[in-house]
Amino acid sequence: MVWSAEVEETLQRIEANGSVMGVIVVNADGLPIRSSFESSKASKYADILRRLTAMARSTVRDVDPQDDLIVMRMSTKNQEVMVAQENSYHLILVQRLERSRV
Amino acid sequence: MSKDQHPAKSFKSNRKKEDEDPGKLIKPPDQLELTEAELKEELIRTLTAKNPHAPQNLAHYKFHEAAYKLTTAVNHLAVHFVLEGCLEHQDIDETRVTTPEELTEDATGEEGEDSADEEGSGDGDADGDGGEEEEAVEDDIPAEPKVTNQFNFIERASQTLNNPLQGRSIQTIPPPRRNYIANACQWDIYDVYMEELQKRENNKDNDINKKILIETPSDDITQVAKSAMLLERMVNQNTFNEVAQDFKYFEDAADEFREQEGTVLPLWKFQYNKARMMCVTAFCWNFVYPDFFGVGLGSYDFSKQGRGMLLFYTLKNSTYPEYIFPTGSGVMTLDIHKQHSYLVAVGFHDGCVCVYNLKNKGQDPQYKSTINNGMHTDPVWQVRWQNDKSLNFYSVSSDGRVVSWTLSKNELVFTDAIRLALDYTVSDGLEGIQDLTNASGTSFDFHPQIDDLFVVGTQEGKIHKCSKNYSSQYLKTYQAHNMAVDRVKWNPYHPKVFISCSSDWTVKLWDMDYSVPMFAFELNTPVGDVDWAPYSSTVFAGVTTDGLVHVFDLAINKYQAICQQPVVNKKKTRLTHIEFNPVNPVIIVGDDRGIVISLKLSPNLRKKPKGKKGRDLVEGPEAEVAKMEKLLSLLRELEP
Repeated sequence: MVWSAEVEETLQRIEANGSVMGVIVVNADGLPIRSSFESSKASKYADILRRLTAMARSTVRDVDPQDDLIVMRMSTKNQEVMVAQENSYHLILVQRLERSRV
Repeated sequence: MSKDQHPAKSFKSNRKKEDEDPGKLIKPPDQLELTEAELKEELIRTLTAKNPHAPQNLAHYKFHEAAYKLTTAVNHLAVHFVLEGCLEHQDIDETRVTTPEELTEDATGEEGEDSADEEGSGDGDADGDGGEEEEAVEDDIPAEPKVTNQFNFIERASQTLNNPLQGRSIQTIPPPRRNYIANACQWDIYDVYMEELQKRENNKDNDINKKILIETPSDDITQVAKSAMLLERMVNQNTFNEVAQDFKYFEDAADEFREQEGTVLPLWKFQYNKARMMCVTAFCWNFVYPDFFGVGLGSYDFSKQGRGMLLFYTLKNSTYPEYIFPTGSGVMTLDIHKQHSYLVAVGFHDGCVCVYNLKNKGQDPQYKSTINNGMHTDPVWQVRWQNDKSLNFYSVSSDGRVVSWTLSKNELVFTDAIRLALDYTVSDGLEGIQDLTNASGTSFDFHPQIDDLFVVGTQEGKIHKCSKNYSSQYLKTYQAHNMAVDRVKWNPYHPKVFISCSSDWTVKLWDMDYSVPMFAFELNTPVGDVDWAPYSSTVFAGVTTDGLVHVFDLAINKYQAICQQPVVNKKKTRLTHIEFNPVNPVIIVGDDRGIVISLKLSPNLRKKPKGKKGRDLVEGPEAEVAKMEKLLSLLRELEP
């Protein structure tokens, strides 16, 4: 049994990291239950990323049904979005990266 | 003929002439002119009964021959005239002739019926009259039975009343409809099959005790516990991206230009805010998960003994420890079991020995030694797991006892392995009373190959070679140092070599057979800890209180360190411990502020022996042993 306090602590530590822009926990129904963004932005992220993650998961499992998606990481120009899926819950993390121009 | 003459007027003139002379043969103008001979020719003409108009080449399709065949029998009957008669002989029984008088006597209905009968026979109007006469005769002879007409077939048809069709419709309430859309991918099908399989297995087991999954409340964030941990690590990886890349890939290119020297590159720094006041007192790497290590925190200051802490970090997450165990007394030593890496043996400053089980939730150790149960009376300086199947470990303490502890189901069982006496010679003065003062053991190490052999370092600066089988006698004693021996460690490859360090500023290498050290290094400051490298028999590293890390490679330089690098601020912090990672070229160094620094060794520090030209490069433990042996043999030659 994992205590919710531990999970809460972990999420707080993540948010305390300077480069992290926000963390959203989305429940099975698609509603953000804990978010460090404002609620409209959070629901927008939640909605969009849930669909994308579902598609990514479908891709992974279509190739091999015994496999499953753990984390989907999307690196963009300005930031990095990481979505982890567990027990039909989604944990979304947005981190700002300083990319050196190559 | 006279009539013909009128139209004859329109004929030609020669015709008129011939009419006047009727006896004369008239030749038609287009008569065929034949010769005399041809006229006399006799032509035979036969008279047959055949119909000249009958076809002669009728062909019928014969099914049994599947072909058209000429029909030989041709009907030669030529019908010239047909007239159906309406007169019949009066004696014929078939018909009844009735007189007109009888007809009028019958009811009109009957007449009507009979006449209708007769009309239906298809004989035409002429027959109808005859029929009436017949019916009259019929009434005259009432005694004769009526005979039904057998040959003159009368077809009678009647039409029944058709029921009038009536359309009637009912509209029922339509069944409830629901639209359902779904995608079925391969994994959907797989999931359904797996569920079905699971259900069947459950039915087979007839497991009544299986609990049905309790519906978790929908807003429970513990559902994402693992993901949270994973994402935290990912965030840290992103934040310390360069460090992670360095750890994995960076090889100092400048080492090529530095002949023998190498450097250590600082990687991650591990600190925990609650451990800030504590000193790092012990390290241990986990052999099963090479990125995992444990840190024991306490204090070396005897007057200031407070609480301690046990922390476990992983290189994947440098910002926060994975496991935290606050302890009542300062941790002095710790050891993680090599196979069962969840079992951690810890020795405390108050003499207590504990075993923590990392699988258990909670902050308490699984086993704890008590005063009744063989607890040491002085700080435990070292614990070491044994590599046998029964879970037991040894501990050494300042009270002079080396104790063997075994984990049984609920408790620790102890046996005194050896008592470190100051002097094992029986004193002459007092009969039978043996010297009971104990030496204080400060460090010990078991031989990697020979199970029962171990060396113990004491506070008096002596090192004793002991065996588990002999509990009251030392095998050999070495006068090692002037101050307490902080660390003894066997060489991982060579079976005879061990190293020792002490606060008397020296690091000494020993060959087990000789009482004199093979190598001795002066480091100008108290040496806190020393450790062999797992990849080479001639590389070892030490840390000193002035914040330097010294790395030696005896194969390269026998007298000096090939790397002497300050890792922390000299004035503020002192380095206390060092340990090599068993797999990666990384060392962790602890200081007295509770901070752990990980450092990567540059390539020069990890050199393997070069093969001679033409020969294959020898690798492996034998090579390492040989390397060391070579070094030692040089020294032995020098000695008298």
